[in-house]
Amino acid sequence: MNMKLLVQDLEFAYTSIPVLTGMCLEVPGGSLVSIVGPNGSGKSTLLKCIDRILTPKQGMVAINGKDVLRLERMELAKHMSYVPQSSVRVFPHSVFDVILMGRRPHLGWTSSSEDEERVWDVIDLLGLEEIALAPFTELSGGQQQKALIARALVQETDVMLLDEPTSNLDIWHQLDVMMIVAGLVAGRGITALMAVHDLNMAARFSDRIVMMKDGVIHAAGSPWEVLTPGHIADVYGVEALVQRQDDETPLVVPMRQISRNGARPAYRRMHASPKGGKLSSVL
Amino acid sequence: MTGGYEPRSRAAQHHRELRNKKLEETRREHRRLMSRKFTFLAFIIALIIFAVGYIVTLGPLDLSILQVYETLLARFFPSVFSMDDVLEQVVWNIRFPRILGGIFAGFGFGICGCVMQAVLKNPLASPFTLGISSGAHFGVAIAAVFGVALVGGPFLLIANAFAFAMLCSLFIVSLAALKGATSETLILAGIAVNYLFSSLSQLMAYFATDEQLRLMTTWGMGDLSAFSWSKFGLFFVIFAVCTPLLWSKAQDLNLMTIGDDSAKSLGVEANRVRMLTMIVASILVATIVCFTGTIGFVGLVAPHMARMLIGADHRLLIPASGILGAFLLICSDAVAMNIIGPTVIPTGIMTALLGVPFFLYLVLKGKRKEFWQ
Repeated sequence: MNMKLLVQDLEFAYTSIPVLTGMCLEVPGGSLVSIVGPNGSGKSTLLKCIDRILTPKQGMVAINGKDVLRLERMELAKHMSYVPQSSVRVFPHSVFDVILMGRRPHLGWTSSSEDEERVWDVIDLLGLEEIALAPFTELSGGQQQKALIARALVQETDVMLLDEPTSNLDIWHQLDVMMIVAGLVAGRGITALMAVHDLNMAARFSDRIVMMKDGVIHAAGSPWEVLTPGHIADVYGVEALVQRQDDETPLVVPMRQISRNGARPAYRRMHASPKGGKLSSVL
Repeated sequence: MTGGYEPRSRAAQHHRELRNKKLEETRREHRRLMSRKFTFLAFIIALIIFAVGYIVTLGPLDLSILQVYETLLARFFPSVFSMDDVLEQVVWNIRFPRILGGIFAGFGFGICGCVMQAVLKNPLASPFTLGISSGAHFGVAIAAVFGVALVGGPFLLIANAFAFAMLCSLFIVSLAALKGATSETLILAGIAVNYLFSSLSQLMAYFATDEQLRLMTTWGMGDLSAFSWSKFGLFFVIFAVCTPLLWSKAQDLNLMTIGDDSAKSLGVEANRVRMLTMIVASILVATIVCFTGTIGFVGLVAPHMARMLIGADHRLLIPASGILGAFLLICSDAVAMNIIGPTVIPTGIMTALLGVPFFLYLVLKGKRKEFWQ
C-alpha cells in the first residue's frame, strides 16, 4: 500500500488535434487528488490514458517507479482500478455478479469461495446487502455508482481512478460516495485520483487539486492554492467568490459569467442582469 | 477485511445485528438461486434426452421410447444392450441423424447468438445480424443458377454456402480490424453486408429459372434433412474446437457486457476478445448454415430465453443458450415433420411459428427480472 502514482509527459490525441499535452503530475501514496476543469478539458481522457483504456501517444505512467504502460493489461489491473462514470446496462447481471467481476484479474475461469467471501465483505462495508441480488440494470444512479466502487474495491489495487463518481447523484449520495472514497484513502492507504466537477466537493475531500484547461494543467496544489478567483476566472470564465468555511476549507460560490474563449455570457445574449434573476424581459 | 465498524451504543449494536441478519439472509438467498440455476440446467439436459427419445418414436414404424434408448445405447455398449436390425436401420440411420443434426445446429446457433449479443452489447445481435446467412444464401444462389461451385458432387451447395458465409464474416471482421473493432462498427458493417448479399441473391433470383428458383427458396427456408452420418465428420470436428473456445471466454464476455472501458480496466483486451469470438462464432455458424439453410430465429431467441431463466453469467448462459436452442429446434422440427401427414414443412418456418409466441410470452411475463426471483 501507499503507492505513489507518477505521470510524466503524457500526450494523447483522438485525431490530429491533441487532447492532452505534456501532462505531468504526481499523486503521493495514500492521498486523494482531484482533477477539476471545464467540460472537455481532458479530465476523463487523462484517467483513461493512465489506466491504458486509451493508448497515450507518448509519456510514462509509473506506480512506485514501475512503468505500468508496459505491463500486460491483466497485470496492470492488479495495480490499478478504474471506476467509470457510468456503465453499459443491457443485460441483467446481478449486483453481486457485477462486483465479483472485480476479482477477474485475480482469478481464472471459476471463482473460489474466497473470492465470493471478499465480495460479501465489500457488500457489507458499503452497505449494499439490500440490493446485492437485484439486477444491476434496475439500480438508481447512486446505487450503481456504489456498486462500481465496490467492484473496484474487490479488485484490491493500490491505485484507484474515479471518473466523476458524484455526477448525477443527489446530495445525500454525493456525500455518501465521497465519504467512502475518503475513508478508503485514509483507512486503507489507497492512492486515489478523481475527476470531479463539484469544486466544493473537491475542496473538502482532496489533499491536492489539479486544475486542467484544454488538455494542460493550469494550476496544481492545495485547495487554497488552486481554487482562487483568478484561476477560476481564467479556466471557467466565471467570476466566483471564495469563502473560508468553519473547517478552513474554501467554499466556491459562482457569481457571474465572464466571456470565455470568445463566447459571450448568456446574460448578454438574453439582455438580462448578470446575476440572473427573472429574465421576464426576453422570455 | 471486515466492516471496521465497532458498535458503540446499544442502538448501534442493534442496527449492526439487523444488518448482519439481512446480510445472512441475502447470502442464503444467493446460494439458493445458484443451486436452482444448476438444477434448471440439469432439468433441460434431461428434457432434451427425453425429447430425443420421444421424437424418434414419431413416424410410420411403431416403437416405444425404451426401444429407442436401447437401440441407441446398443451402438455404444453392444455387450449390455441388444438391438433389432430393422430398428437399428430406422432409429440409427434414418431418424436419429436428423435429430442429432438438429441438436448440433440448435446448440451452435444458440451459443453463437449468445456470444455475439455479449461482444456487440446488443440484444438484437444474432448469427444473422452479421449477414452470414445472406452470404451463404448468395453462395447457394450462384451454385443454383450458374452451376458454378468450388466442389462438385453432393457438396456443391454446401461448399459454396460455407465459402460465401466465411467470405462475408471475414469481410466484416477485417473491416472492423482496420477501423477499430467497436460493437457499432461491427453491427453497421454486418447490416450493410446483409443488404448487399440479399440484393445480389434477389438479382440472381430475378434471372433464375423456375427450378433454380425453387432450389434457392427451399434452401432459404431452412431444413434439417441434409444431415446424414456421412456428413457429420467435419461437423463434429468444428464443434469440438469452437464450442470450448467460446465457453472459455465466458468470464471476459461477462465483463464486456458491462462496457469496454470496464473490461479493459479489469484486464481484458476487449477488442482482441471481440475479434476472436466473432471469428470463431462465424466459423461455427457458417458450418451449420451450409447444412441447414436459414434458420435464423433460434440464434436470436435462445439466448434471450436462457437469460430470462438463468441470468446473465455467461459461464452458465452459454451452455443454457445452446441447450435451449437445440431443444427449440428439434421440437419445432418434430412438429414440422408430423403435423400434416406425409408433407414435411421446412424447419425454419416452423421454428419461427412455434418460437415467436413462446418468446413473446416470456418477454411479457418475465420482463427484465430473472425468472426465479
